[in-house]
Amino acid sequence: MTSIVEASDMRRRRRHFIDRTMTGVMVGAAVVGVIPLVLILFYLLKEGIPGLSLSLFTEDPNRPGLPGGGVRNSIVGSAIMVTVATLIGVPIAVGCGIFLSEFGQNRLGTVLRFLVDVLAGIPSITIGLFIYGLMVVTRGEFTGFAGGLALSILFLPIVARITEEMMLLVPRSLREASLALGAPSWMTTLRVVVPTALPGIATGVMLALSRIAGEAAPLLFTALGNQFFSTDLFHAMDALPLRIFVYAVGPYDYWHDQAWAMSLILVTFILVVSLIVRAVIGTRVTVRS
Amino acid sequence: MVLDSEPRTAVDVTGETGTQSFQFQPQNALKAPAGPEVREEPGDVALRAEHVHAYYGQKLAVGDVSMEIYARKITALIGPSGCGKSTYIRCFNRMHEFTPHARVEGHIYLEGTDIYDPNVDATRVRQRIGMVFQKPNPFPTMSIEQNVAAGLRFTNIRNRSEIRDRVETALKQAALWDEVKGDLKKPGIALSGGQQQRLCIARAIAVEPEVVLMDEPCSALDPIATLKIEDLMYGLAERFTIVIVTHNLQQAARVSDWTGFMLAGEDGVGRLVEYRPTQDMFTNPREDRTEAYITGRFG
Repeated sequence: MTSIVEASDMRRRRRHFIDRTMTGVMVGAAVVGVIPLVLILFYLLKEGIPGLSLSLFTEDPNRPGLPGGGVRNSIVGSAIMVTVATLIGVPIAVGCGIFLSEFGQNRLGTVLRFLVDVLAGIPSITIGLFIYGLMVVTRGEFTGFAGGLALSILFLPIVARITEEMMLLVPRSLREASLALGAPSWMTTLRVVVPTALPGIATGVMLALSRIAGEAAPLLFTALGNQFFSTDLFHAMDALPLRIFVYAVGPYDYWHDQAWAMSLILVTFILVVSLIVRAVIGTRVTVRS
Repeated sequence: MVLDSEPRTAVDVTGETGTQSFQFQPQNALKAPAGPEVREEPGDVALRAEHVHAYYGQKLAVGDVSMEIYARKITALIGPSGCGKSTYIRCFNRMHEFTPHARVEGHIYLEGTDIYDPNVDATRVRQRIGMVFQKPNPFPTMSIEQNVAAGLRFTNIRNRSEIRDRVETALKQAALWDEVKGDLKKPGIALSGGQQQRLCIARAIAVEPEVVLMDEPCSALDPIATLKIEDLMYGLAERFTIVIVTHNLQQAARVSDWTGFMLAGEDGVGRLVEYRPTQDMFTNPREDRTEAYITGRFG
């Protein structure tokens, strides 16, 4: 009798020890995982805030070596190219996702899904090179449109797969309800499934948008960068990530300050987008399946 | 409790012991033409199923079920779980084929037209044969009003005043109008479960189908909500033909005029054992298996 109690006591302690150890390891891993983010944010604030000023948003770069000036051209350029990428990307990507979820349960769907995944894995600089060969070499000019197009290729697979996932989350009972009312399947898709999945799709678009806003590689050989203010889509255009690159490796201290400030602006933008996304998901009516 | 007198075209139900499925008079069946042309109906039969087989892939789930559904009557399908009654009812508005790899053999005639004729458009069939599902499934993006109007909009009725009138009529028929008339703009999923199910009934009848199929409409509801739905079914039966699948024998006895008892054999294939006026079925079943089921000896 006593021996049994002792044995089970031993086993219980062992179990508790393992339980506590594993919990500790997991918490440790979680903390280590968050440390880089905290450090980055902290460092960005420390280095970025001194460079922040109103003129950063309202003025264009000065002649190199002359302190002051701003990066209005880069902010506007980034906004224009991300907008172009979104306008090109949303219809194609959402259409692709709808096809995959509603009509993609066959060989064609499987192949397409695989291709979309491959596209998502292509390095962004390769996409930049591809657009360079396609548009810049043939036209003989770097253009903001080419930059937007390169970004849209990056944008496409992310949104397509998120759209598909969100469409598949719509319960089957809703499709059945619509079909049972005599709606053809295309109408069921457009009038019932897409509206129900819309908050999720919008979330995906926002996430993809914040992802491409920080990309420099696809713009290197497409939009090139431009130290003058330009809204002309068919000439070289500047973007925040490109200007950060130029300033960060440049020789002037005020450039470094401005590069930090721009990084802070970019991260703040992405953070704000993420918060909006969270708010949208939070208020989203959950669908009872 | 409403137990109607014999339907005007009562079919001779022999229900001999030993037969696996109920057979209506076969000479009627043989007269059925293959095409979608109109043929003479003896007035009161809303739906006529002939040798319906329902498959999931290779697996036969419902085997050779033939029966006539009488117009403006409530027909209950009872049977233990897995007997194929839900599968069978989904054959009546061609919802079964929506399940991947599922298919149907046999014929179901709606006013003389075989709904399984290759020339027949399944969406048109579903406009005339509505369905209410087990779980309430209002469209979450739509208001109460939009939910009820959904079927009308799907079928391209655009006239606003007509839509408003038909929404009101449907909600009244579904005994929901008094509870929601001030809140028509509120989302449909804000209602309680029982109200949601009545909303789904309103949505189904707003398109004015001839037949309303109900697949265990009360199984997700509490007893009070169940009673409300049973109450409104009597009223609906004045205008619509109702087929209800139910697990609940008391419910079948309370609401239905005719009852069909389905049972899966040892081969797992569901068949119709007996199909008779409800009162006869529950007071004087002809088949031993029916009696065993309704007295609670199995299932």
